[in-house]
Amino acid sequence: MRKIISIIVLVIIAAGFVFTFSQIPFGKDKINVAGYYIERGIKQTGAVNIVTSVVLNYRGFDTLGEVTVLFIAALGLGAVLFIERKLKEGIKDKEDKKRKASLILRTGSRILFPLILLFGAYIFIHGHLTPGGGFQGGAIIASGFLLMYLAFPRKSINKRTSNIIESVSGLVFVGIGLLGLVFSGYFLTNFLPKGVPNTLFSSGIIPIIYIAIGLKVGFELTGIIDDLLGRSR
Amino acid sequence: MIFQLLLIFIMIILAIAASMFKDLVNAVVVSAAVSLIASILFYFLQAPDVAMAEAAIGAGLTTAIFIIAIRKTERYEK
Repeated sequence: MRKIISIIVLVIIAAGFVFTFSQIPFGKDKINVAGYYIERGIKQTGAVNIVTSVVLNYRGFDTLGEVTVLFIAALGLGAVLFIERKLKEGIKDKEDKKRKASLILRTGSRILFPLILLFGAYIFIHGHLTPGGGFQGGAIIASGFLLMYLAFPRKSINKRTSNIIESVSGLVFVGIGLLGLVFSGYFLTNFLPKGVPNTLFSSGIIPIIYIAIGLKVGFELTGIIDDLLGRSR
Repeated sequence: MIFQLLLIFIMIILAIAASMFKDLVNAVVVSAAVSLIASILFYFLQAPDVAMAEAAIGAGLTTAIFIIAIRKTERYEK
């Protein structure tokens, strides 16, 4: 009986999909907005990387939502694990702290860690010039911290400092958006001078917001790893 | 073009393998390989931004988070 019902439901859903997709012409460019971005993106925003100009300028508000979603996810994870840790008192984690990583991992991660941080910072500072941006750079920084967490089981980041950096960079994002509201009348307007394309100090608010997003995402993901491993405190 | 088709073929095989494994650590490692191949394909499709995000998050951090979660729960699927 349950199988028959599920098959009927599946058929109804499939019919709905077929009906919907048969209305959409396949392979035709119905949306003209992509051409608009490619033609005028550099002139209007000053960012050479068109993806960045879309993500932070034309669709900046969506990016703010994305950052908020990540923040809420990290917050929820922290809350759930905090309750669980209070119940269990973490017997496994105490054993974990006595373990030692291998010599190769320790030595290699000591050399690689600053380079990974440098690369991540390069990715998000040059977000308007080269591929990549705040999210990618932040993820690279977090993977560097993950390497350190694997290599040195006894150590952890300073949770307080990372929380402060995270909150300040989130506030910078929203604050710049509000400054756009003050100066130009719209939230997240690019009110700073655009500068010369292809140089580091160009395209107005985009590099500042991307640095803020990079730091925020990096420390948020590091915080998630820290919560999962139950390291700090 | 042949190289990309080969990559897509390997990716499909790995994705099926990831759903078949009873040992969850194997499944996680195989799905990390799927993400890595996806990021290479994104690069071939001229989307380096997406490729970077996929490589860093899909193949790197997600794998680590899954493995930590497996270590805290159970390794074998019942």
